Amino acid sequence: MAKYKVIGTRPIRHDGVDKVTGRAQYTNDMALQGMAHAKILRSPHAHARVKSIDTTAAAKLPGVYAVVTGKDFPNLKDKMAELGEGSVNLAHLSANCLAHDKVLYKGHAVAAVAAVNAHVAEEALKLIKVDYEVLPSVTFVLDAMKPDAPILHPDLTTDELGKPGAGNTNIAKHLHFETGDVAVGFKQADVVVEREFKTAVVHQGYIEPHVCTVLWNQDGHVTVWTATQGSFTCRQQTAELLQIPIAKVTVVPMEIGGGFGGKIRVYLEPVAALLSRKSGRPVRLMMNRADVFEATGPTPGTFVRVKIGAKKDGTLVAGQAWLAYDAGAYPSGIIGPGCMCVFSCYEFPNAVVDGYDVCMNKPQMSAYRAPGATQAAFACEQVIDELAAKLGLDPIEFRLKNAVKEGSRRVDGPVYPKIGFIETLQAAKNHPHYKSKLTGANRGRGVAAGFWFNCGLKSSCSASVNLDGSVNLIEGSTDIGGSRASIAMQLAETLGIGATDVVPRVVDTDSIGYTDVTGGSRVTFATGLAAIECARDIIRQMSARAAEQWECKPDQVTFADGVFKGPSKSLGFKELAAIVAQTGEPVVGRATVDPQGATNGFGVHIADVEVDRDTGKVTILRYTSVQDAGTAIHPSYVEGQIQGGSVQGIGWALNEEYFYDGEGRMRNASFLDYRMPTALDLPMIEAVIVEVPNPDHPYGVRGVGETPIVPPPATVANAIHAAIGVRMTEAPISPPKVWAALKS
Amino acid sequence: MKDQDLAPWPQAGFDRRAFLKGSSAAAAATTLATHATQAQAQAAAPEIVGRQSRLVELKVNGKTASVRVEPRSTLLDVLRYQLQLTGAKPVSIDGSSGASTVIVDGKPIAANTTLALDCVGKSIQTVESLGGEKPDAVVSAFVHADAMQCGFCTPGFVVAVRAFLDKNPGATEEQIRSGLNGNLCRCGTYANVVMAALEVVKGGSRG
Repeated sequence: MAKYKVIGTRPIRHDGVDKVTGRAQYTNDMALQGMAHAKILRSPHAHARVKSIDTTAAAKLPGVYAVVTGKDFPNLKDKMAELGEGSVNLAHLSANCLAHDKVLYKGHAVAAVAAVNAHVAEEALKLIKVDYEVLPSVTFVLDAMKPDAPILHPDLTTDELGKPGAGNTNIAKHLHFETGDVAVGFKQADVVVEREFKTAVVHQGYIEPHVCTVLWNQDGHVTVWTATQGSFTCRQQTAELLQIPIAKVTVVPMEIGGGFGGKIRVYLEPVAALLSRKSGRPVRLMMNRADVFEATGPTPGTFVRVKIGAKKDGTLVAGQAWLAYDAGAYPSGIIGPGCMCVFSCYEFPNAVVDGYDVCMNKPQMSAYRAPGATQAAFACEQVIDELAAKLGLDPIEFRLKNAVKEGSRRVDGPVYPKIGFIETLQAAKNHPHYKSKLTGANRGRGVAAGFWFNCGLKSSCSASVNLDGSVNLIEGSTDIGGSRASIAMQLAETLGIGATDVVPRVVDTDSIGYTDVTGGSRVTFATGLAAIECARDIIRQMSARAAEQWECKPDQVTFADGVFKGPSKSLGFKELAAIVAQTGEPVVGRATVDPQGATNGFGVHIADVEVDRDTGKVTILRYTSVQDAGTAIHPSYVEGQIQGGSVQGIGWALNEEYFYDGEGRMRNASFLDYRMPTALDLPMIEAVIVEVPNPDHPYGVRGVGETPIVPPPATVANAIHAAIGVRMTEAPISPPKVWAALKS
Repeated sequence: MKDQDLAPWPQAGFDRRAFLKGSSAAAAATTLATHATQAQAQAAAPEIVGRQSRLVELKVNGKTASVRVEPRSTLLDVLRYQLQLTGAKPVSIDGSSGASTVIVDGKPIAANTTLALDCVGKSIQTVESLGGEKPDAVVSAFVHADAMQCGFCTPGFVVAVRAFLDKNPGATEEQIRSGLNGNLCRCGTYANVVMAALEVVKGGSRG
C-alpha cells in the first residue's frame, strides 16, 4: 500500500487549462483605464560619465505625460537592504534602475518616458539629449582585476574576508576557505591534475520580458502589478528605493513567464512608480528582448583554476581552487556559492579555495538556477574525470569512493545532514543507460555530478474550510513551475482530502503574510511546510468543534486518514466541515514558518554525444539525469524540473554566450543570435528520481529545481573528451571551438 | 532639428505651428497631472494615431472585427490591445521565440512580425479559438501531458502544434521536433510537448 494518498500522485495542475488556452493573466495581459505606456532610454556606451541629460524636448512632445531620470530617485547612500536570500546595496540598486552620474554597461538605463502609447514614448526617447564622456571599458574578469584596469567605482574597496581592503580596484570581494594543509596533501598525491577553465556570461532566458504596471495613487499608496519571483521582495525594494513605508506598497504578482533567478532584483517597478506619480496615471513599462539581454542580470562569466590530487587507490588527498567571477556593473556576490560549491561533492582532507567578485562593464550579474555552482562544477567535475581516467577507475566508482555523506564537512565549514549523493551515484551506475554499450566513431559518454544547497526561508499560508469540505488555500509564493499544485497536495494529504478539493491561489502582499522569494529550491519545502502547519491548525480547530458537538474533551478527539474520531462517534473531514459551517465561527487555518533543515540536493548526469569532425557540432544522442528529490510530491513536476534544468545546462554547455565587441558592447542580444536549445536540439531527457527522504520535513521533501542545471556542462565536456580525446575547457563548447581543437 | 526629422512622429498631421502649440499644452498637462487625482487619471487619453491610420476589417476566429490600424501596427498588437486576445505573447521584435504564433490562412506565422494590414481578407485563428466548451484535441493533450511549466510560451506551442498536425496528421516524433523548431520553451518542457503532439497523432482526430 502506498505510504501516501495524494503525495506521489500526478493530478492535473490547477492552472493547467488556463495556461494552455491563453487565458492565464500575465502582467502584459492586463490593462488599466487611462494607462500610460513607458519606455526607457539606454546607454549606447559600455562605460561613460553622464555629463548632462536634457529632457526638455521630450517632455514637450504631444502625448508625453512624464519624463524621469536618476535625479528623481531619493539619494540613498550605501544602505544595505536584507532581501531574504541576500542583501543589496540600495545606492547601487537605485543607480541600476536609472543611472546617476555614470553608465557602467551598454543598455544602462538613463531616462524614462511615459506617454499615450509606446510609439510616442519611443519618439520621445529620441528627443532626450545625453552628453556622455566615454571612458575605457573592461569586460574580461582577469583584465578587470589588473592594477591598471579602468575602474568602475572610485570608492570601491575590496571586502577582504569581511574587512575593508585595498581601494582603487574592481575587486569587490575576496573569499578564502581552507581546511587541512594543501601542501602536505599534494605531497601525498600519486596523481595531480591542474587545469584552467573559462565560461561565458549566460542569461536565464525566460521567454516573458520584464514588465510591470504601477499606479501611484493620490493618497500615496503604490500598487504594482508585476512578474516577479518574490512579491514581498519586490515590495521591499520598491519601498526602500522610493523611501516610502513598506505598508504603502502593494505588489500584485501576476502569472510569471519564467524567472530562474532573474526576476528577483527590481529593474522597472520603481521607475514606473516615479512615472506614475509624475503623470498621475497608471504606467505600464515593458522591456524589449534586447533590453532583457543587455540590462537585466545574466549570470557570471568565470575564470576558474582547479588542482586536485589523489592517491593510487583513488582517495582524494588535496584540492585547490581559484575562482574569479564577473560581478558586472556592481558587486553581485555570486562568487560566494561558487566557492562553496566547487568541492562540495567530495571529501577533501586538505583544500583551499579563493574567490573574487569582480566589477566590470557588463550588467550586474544575478542568480541563475543554482547561481555560481554550474561554473564551478564545469571545472571540478572535468578534473575529477581526468583523474579517474589517469587512475584507471570508473568515473562513477571514483566519485563513490570520495562522495560526501551525512557527517562529511564541506570545505567552507558546514557538516552535511542526511543527503542522498551516494544513492544517486548508485542509481546512475545501475541505470540501463550507464550499463549500455556505446559504439560508433566520434561518440563518447560522460558523467558528472552536481550539488546545490537548497534553502528554507520564510513562508506564510492561510486556508478557509468551506461548507462542502473544499478548502481555499492562500499563499504568497509566486508559482513558476507548478508549486501551487505541490503545496496544495501537501495540505490535502494532511487533511485527508483530494488534491482537487484544495483550490490554491497566489495573492498580493496585502492578503497574506510575508513570504520570501520563489528561489533557492525552497517553495515545495518551506511553503509546503507552511501548508502542512496550516492544515494542522485546521485539524486542531475542527477537533475542538467536533468535541463541542460530541460533548467530550478536545483531547478525546483524534484525527487520522481524513476522519475525526471521538469516544463514540466519528466524522469524515467533509461531513464535519458541513456541520462546522452551520454551527459557529468559520474555520480558517494559518501558519507562518522559517524552517531550518532544507537539506541539499545532488544530481548525477549521463550523456552520450557524437562529434561531427567536419563542423565541430556536438549532438546529444542520449541524456539521463538522476537526482535525489527527498520525496517527490508530484513526480511529473519533479521530472519537469530535472528535465528543464538539464535543457538549460545543455544550452550553457554547447551554445549560449554573450558576445562582446572591443567597445564592451554585447553583439547578440536576440533569441536569433543567443542560441537557446529547441526541441530539435535535444533527445528525450530521461529524469530518474531517487528518494532519500529529508528527515526535517514531515513528508521528506528536499528542493529540486536548481540542482539539475549544475552537472550538464561538465557532463557534456566529459562526453566530448571521451568521443574525441580533447579536453574542452571553455564553455560554451560551440562548434568553432571544437573544430579548432580538432585541427590543432 | 530639420523638419523632415519630424515626419515619422505619430501626430505627423500637425503642421509645425500646431505642433509647437500642442507641445506647450502637453507640458502644462504634465505638470497638472503630477497633482492629478486618480479620477483624472482614469479620464480618456487623447487619441493619437498615425497619419494613415484607418478602419479595416479582420476575420479573427471566424468573426469579423473592425479595428483601427496604422501601417506599422502588427497583427499581434491589434489582437492583444484592440481585440483583447492576449493568448499570443509579445516576446521580441523578431519572430525568434514563436510565442506569438497564430494561424493565418492555414499557415503558422509570428503575429509580431506580421503587419495587421497584410492580414485583411485573410482568415486569422488564435489560440482562443481552440479552447471553449469543446476544446481542440491539442489543448486537451497539452493539459493531460502537462506540457507546460510557467505557461508563457504554451499558447504559441499549442497553435504551432495544431498548424503542424493539420499539415502532417501522421507526424513522427522526429518530424514533430523539427516542426516545432521555431518555438522556444525556456522551462524545457519539450519532452511533454512532443508527447502531447504524439498523443494527438495517436487519437487521429481533432477531438
